[in-house]
Amino acid sequence: MPAVSFQSVSKTYTTPKGPFHALSDVSLDIAEGEFFGLLGPNGAGKTTLISILAGLARATQGRVLVQGCDVQQDFAQARRKLGVVPQELVFDPFFNVREALRLQSGYFGVRHNDDWIDELLASLGLADKANANMRQLSGGMKRRVLVAQALVHKPPIIVLDEPTAGVDVELRQTLWQFIARLNKEGHTVLLTTHYLEEAEALCGRIAMLKNGRVVALDRTSELLKAASGNVLVFKTDSALPAALAAQARVTGRVVQLAAHDAQDIERYLTTLREAGVDVQDIEIRRADLEDVFLSVMAGTSASNLAGSAVAVPGVGAPATAAPGRPKQGAAPLGGSEDTAVPGVGAPATAALGRPKQGAAPLGGSEDTAVPSVGAP
Amino acid sequence: MTGWQMLFYKEVLRFWKVSFQTVAAPVLTAVLYLLIFGHVLEDHVKVYDRIGYTSFLVPGLVMMSVLQNAFANSSSSLIQSKIMGSLVFQLLTPLSHWDWFVGYVASSMVRGLAVGVGVFVVTLGFATPEFAAPVWILVFALLGAALLATLGVIAGLWADKFDQMAGFQNFIIVPMTFLSGVFYSVASLPPVWQAVSHLNPFFYMIDGFRYGFFGQSDTSPWLSLGIVGGAWLLVSLLAVHLLRIGYKIRS
Repeated sequence: MPAVSFQSVSKTYTTPKGPFHALSDVSLDIAEGEFFGLLGPNGAGKTTLISILAGLARATQGRVLVQGCDVQQDFAQARRKLGVVPQELVFDPFFNVREALRLQSGYFGVRHNDDWIDELLASLGLADKANANMRQLSGGMKRRVLVAQALVHKPPIIVLDEPTAGVDVELRQTLWQFIARLNKEGHTVLLTTHYLEEAEALCGRIAMLKNGRVVALDRTSELLKAASGNVLVFKTDSALPAALAAQARVTGRVVQLAAHDAQDIERYLTTLREAGVDVQDIEIRRADLEDVFLSVMAGTSASNLAGSAVAVPGVGAPATAAPGRPKQGAAPLGGSEDTAVPGVGAPATAALGRPKQGAAPLGGSEDTAVPSVGAP
Repeated sequence: MTGWQMLFYKEVLRFWKVSFQTVAAPVLTAVLYLLIFGHVLEDHVKVYDRIGYTSFLVPGLVMMSVLQNAFANSSSSLIQSKIMGSLVFQLLTPLSHWDWFVGYVASSMVRGLAVGVGVFVVTLGFATPEFAAPVWILVFALLGAALLATLGVIAGLWADKFDQMAGFQNFIIVPMTFLSGVFYSVASLPPVWQAVSHLNPFFYMIDGFRYGFFGQSDTSPWLSLGIVGGAWLLVSLLAVHLLRIGYKIRS
């Protein structure tokens, strides 16, 4: 029995402009113990899907089972199995951290839970904040409390809706270390994120949503294999020759060109030299999940990926690209590949520790990278 | 402890943490009414030909405080947590619509009754109370608190912003309380206004409650019981239904 089973889930909202299909016939199963990633641009339907799973919204059609329990008919059982970290940084200003956790525990019928609450507080670095009012906490601290609240009733399945949005590096590490530990101990994890390096490092399997449909669903390693090209990265102040401009992804001074093989790279360099373009900091790196993501989002279906080498970055995503994604820390040639599916344990945190100085990278940039997709 | 008890506990803890605002302030307001109206009218008005105005006013003020605070508790708690987004913590739990209903209504009754008792205790310094039929006092205090607590749940679910909530409170709850005979006996009104007053369910709550103190009222306490009880049943059905379908809280 899958931990979570979405069966032909559709969600239609009535809006003044007519019906809006937030989700169309989404079916996917998440197995026990999986670390599953749900990716997609803003408005793709990730949060709607999670809301339906959590009982915050109702599916217009289809159904969702949590370890066999229907989230509508058998909502109490289903919700006991789920620990949901909401996307919004919400808190109840009337209570301190320990009170909030005790209350949340009590709603699930779990009393005398202080041992576990203490353990949660310690694991999340909140021990000294137990008696602080929620209002006094920083954003990062509030985020940790949200995680603690989701876990207070010891759910077997943990759902994290963009848990690291606007969170500093240190907290991200703590958080992922903790979540990875829980996953190792057997918890199923469902994660949505805009940080594709995180998804690449942590998730064993990934679904990509676009306009409410599943457009890719596979093991992370397979998705990466499908995009098994390299990417030529360099910086320049000059304009690119027309032949290259069409397929390049340009981010400020940084230009990225997809390359299937060494010949492609030679051809690019020759073209650049002939055009007299002054090029600096040349690197060749392996295509990563972000390249896969952009390629999938640019196409209309997952079939783009099936033809393996066809799925290369830059093809569909024209020169507009994303502002904040320079990836300055990117190691040349395949630096990220080895961290791709690390089985989520200790290596994961090491991978996440990579500074990636562009720190604000994918979150906001996606909108600009795939402008047409996020509507409305 | 089952779910509703936890919700009840949370809601009581919530208002108790700001009790200066939620309990002490309404008591002071009621006492100010008593001081001012009592001072102005004590020598001029006798009700039922024997009861001094201050004595007459006390039960009305107590009941008005019970009603307004029972309403304020559930409605403001719901709208605040809706707007703050913290309602999600409850929405994610296995709490059933009955848990929600009992938790919110019972806690709001506690707040209404706490303020009512506070007002009553303070007014002991101004008038010696009668207790002609104490059971009626209790019955109407509980029913009135329950009815307004339930209305508060409905208003809290319905309102999308504080503005709408203020409208509900100021244009429906306050006028209906003030025009229900808190400050006067409806029998003293011209016949037309008497008839209008008898259409106001709040009138029956105040009138029945007052009967418990004086053994005298504008209408039979049984009629009042029937109307208030029936009204509570109706609004409860509506409130439970709205909670069941997740009206405006689950999309």
